[in-house]
Amino acid sequence: MSAGQTPRGPLRIRSLFDLPREELFISGHGLCAGCTAGTIMRMLVKVAGKDTIIVNATGCVEVSTTRYPYSNWLVPWFHSAFENAGASAGGVARAIEVLQRKGALPKDRKIRVIAVGGDGGTVDIGLQSLSGMLERRDPVMYVLYDNEAYMNTGIQRSGATPYHAWTTTTPAGKVWRGEWRTKKDIAMIVAAHKIPYVATANPAYPQDMVNKFARGLEVLDEGPSFIHVIMACTTGWRFDPALGITISRLATETGVFPLYEIDHGKFRVTFPVAKRKPVIEYLKLQGRFAHLTPAEIEEIQRLVDERVAEINRLAGKEVIGPVAK
Amino acid sequence: MEAQQAAVKRPIPLSTNYAVAYAVKDLDVDVVAAYPITPQTTVVEKISEFVANGELDAEFIHVESEHSAMSATIAAALTGARAFTATASQGLALMHEMLYIAAGLRAPIVMSVAMRALSAPISIWNDQSDLFGSRDSGWVIYFAHTAQEAYDTLIQAYRLTEDPDVLLPVMVAYDGYVMSHTTEPVVTEGRSEVLKFAPKRPYPYRLNPDKPVTIGAIVPPEYLYEIKYQNVKAMEGALAKAEEVDREFGKQFSRSYGVMECYMCEGAESLIVANASYAATLKSILPEAWRQGLRVGLLRLRLYRPFPVKHFVEHASDAKGVLVVDRSISYGAPYQGPLANEIAGLKVREGLGFNLTSVVAGIGQRTMEDEDFMALVRLAWESRTRRFPETMFYGVRE
Amino acid sequence: MAVQRLPSWREMPIGGVIVNPGNSLEYKTGDWKVLMPVIDQEKCTRCRICWYVCPDSAIKELDKPYTTKKGRAYKISYEVDYDFCKGCGMCAQECPVKAIDMVPVEVV
Repeated sequence: MSAGQTPRGPLRIRSLFDLPREELFISGHGLCAGCTAGTIMRMLVKVAGKDTIIVNATGCVEVSTTRYPYSNWLVPWFHSAFENAGASAGGVARAIEVLQRKGALPKDRKIRVIAVGGDGGTVDIGLQSLSGMLERRDPVMYVLYDNEAYMNTGIQRSGATPYHAWTTTTPAGKVWRGEWRTKKDIAMIVAAHKIPYVATANPAYPQDMVNKFARGLEVLDEGPSFIHVIMACTTGWRFDPALGITISRLATETGVFPLYEIDHGKFRVTFPVAKRKPVIEYLKLQGRFAHLTPAEIEEIQRLVDERVAEINRLAGKEVIGPVAK
Repeated sequence: MEAQQAAVKRPIPLSTNYAVAYAVKDLDVDVVAAYPITPQTTVVEKISEFVANGELDAEFIHVESEHSAMSATIAAALTGARAFTATASQGLALMHEMLYIAAGLRAPIVMSVAMRALSAPISIWNDQSDLFGSRDSGWVIYFAHTAQEAYDTLIQAYRLTEDPDVLLPVMVAYDGYVMSHTTEPVVTEGRSEVLKFAPKRPYPYRLNPDKPVTIGAIVPPEYLYEIKYQNVKAMEGALAKAEEVDREFGKQFSRSYGVMECYMCEGAESLIVANASYAATLKSILPEAWRQGLRVGLLRLRLYRPFPVKHFVEHASDAKGVLVVDRSISYGAPYQGPLANEIAGLKVREGLGFNLTSVVAGIGQRTMEDEDFMALVRLAWESRTRRFPETMFYGVRE
Repeated sequence: MAVQRLPSWREMPIGGVIVNPGNSLEYKTGDWKVLMPVIDQEKCTRCRICWYVCPDSAIKELDKPYTTKKGRAYKISYEVDYDFCKGCGMCAQECPVKAIDMVPVEVV
């Protein structure tokens, strides 16, 4: 039994000490100092274990971890292009199915396929390929690490860039005040495909995130799963490299990034927040919001309030509370 | 016993599209990525019937675009499956980046292309602009001129692509509508014979947890050149391999084609270079041409990439005139037909003495009657002594 | 430093495939840092958070028993792998008992 496997299937944890010590995503990669993607990927492969194939879209993770001749992935890993992680992962998964059926691969071996993509490669250019994979019910867990811009190419806006965020293609000046459109709700778009499991996750909440990875892998016998992970980016969000986890935590504590799951259609907030921190606590640590006026911060607070209200409606009760005075 | 074998060899009526589908079935392809586009669609429709009836055990992936079709095909092949897809025109164009990726990653895959004009304006009819836009992608490219040849070449293609010294993706192209949708007699060989000829040899570094590899790394300048050069060498070596595969095919199935066919070349003073359906039609025209004293032979282009240089030189060295028929336009190029440009270069490099005449014909499946083909033959004959420096656009209304 | 001879096209696996992944251990990112974490083994409560957080797996969990001066006995200890630590400081930031100090790297 490989690391990450339990007799019942993928790993579930109650404490950090339930995580195996073995690293399948090792040192020596080129991710920025303080890049929370490193934390996320480490945990993802720990949970998935050795019998995993990673299909990675072009982006920060792909480029930083596989600069020829070096690679830090101790599991099979494949990248072909930017917009096709969904289709490629589907191809790998279907190939395994038929090879097992025809006896070219052992039938009893559970080899799981995980597609990994950034927000650019998932909500924009990769949306079609993802949608096709979901609609076809290809047995793939898709993990979106969302740093809210095309970071690999130097911080350009994507469909996932939040309102008023500075990026190099939505700078803040006299006419523009950063991005003027709101973030594409990719998790809900995915949920509309009615797949067995969709969740949002946050590396600042290890048990929640790891258990969601595990659940996402568990349902692959029935269909695809999708985990939307917030990935705080020191270089693009402009904060001290030490603050990646702290800022990620604030995203959930302020209601900007609520943690929920939709398991076979049942909506549940997995980390209720009784009293929300005001969104300024989250914004003030990030250089990409440094240009905001108090009125603009209030605009953002209102947007968060609306979003929280929506979440509470879906939950059927107030699971994310009001802003603490 | 012989009567039984003769019975097995009885041909059935198939369109070229169906012939391709039957080849896919007999090859026991594992993964088929399918997206409809005229005039290839009946290939994947027929394959889906085989799968639906249990005649072929394959994962039939109903992708949502041709880009995804090629993505899934590459991914499946690199996982160790025998994978196939089919396309044409806009689909071939849409998957353009993935073609280079397939070759760059050395994916052992085969794709059939029912050649169709590229937009704009949109045309569903046959010419070869789609294929010639992809000629530098690093794929091995065959042209088939009959449904039987398409079936046979599909089989040869898998043996070639899975050869550990080749590992280049292979395109088998034929004319859309004119061939894809017309019926010809085809002998199908059945799965056990076909698998005897082309047993499965999966990609050597397949994605498997027992031996983790990293495929698709970003390669800095210190290394990229050599990796691309590997493709140069593989493509060079593919010519001899293609000839060997065709020879072996001939031994097992009593049909072989060579890499370049010289039809009625002996004693010919001029040659026409053509491929696919035009080559097939010219074969029926030439006997009458010779009766009229026009000693023009046909150089049928079968293997296009890698280009069979030695064969061309051998056949064309004594020709006084060579007329190259292009079914696509290379706007603004020295000759405005892509094949003509390549052959012009060859002529100079090898010091061949013929007059080269470049003709573009049949754009968007503009009808060519027998007398039009005869006109091309006459032009080839005239080329012995007359030089036509510019590309001629045969049949266009000025 | 000796220049490594770069391979010819014959010596490389086809298609840019990396057949020995994990060789990233040759790419020592430790020289990126200007600040380095120092773990106070006396204060550390072995909660595993720093080990969890580090994007570079540069906090190693070792079966190294340690007893504090006050008599707390631990079966494991955490040590920084300075060959790979990039000095981001997330470990120090997240440590619940502030057992990690970020100190300037000494330039020798």
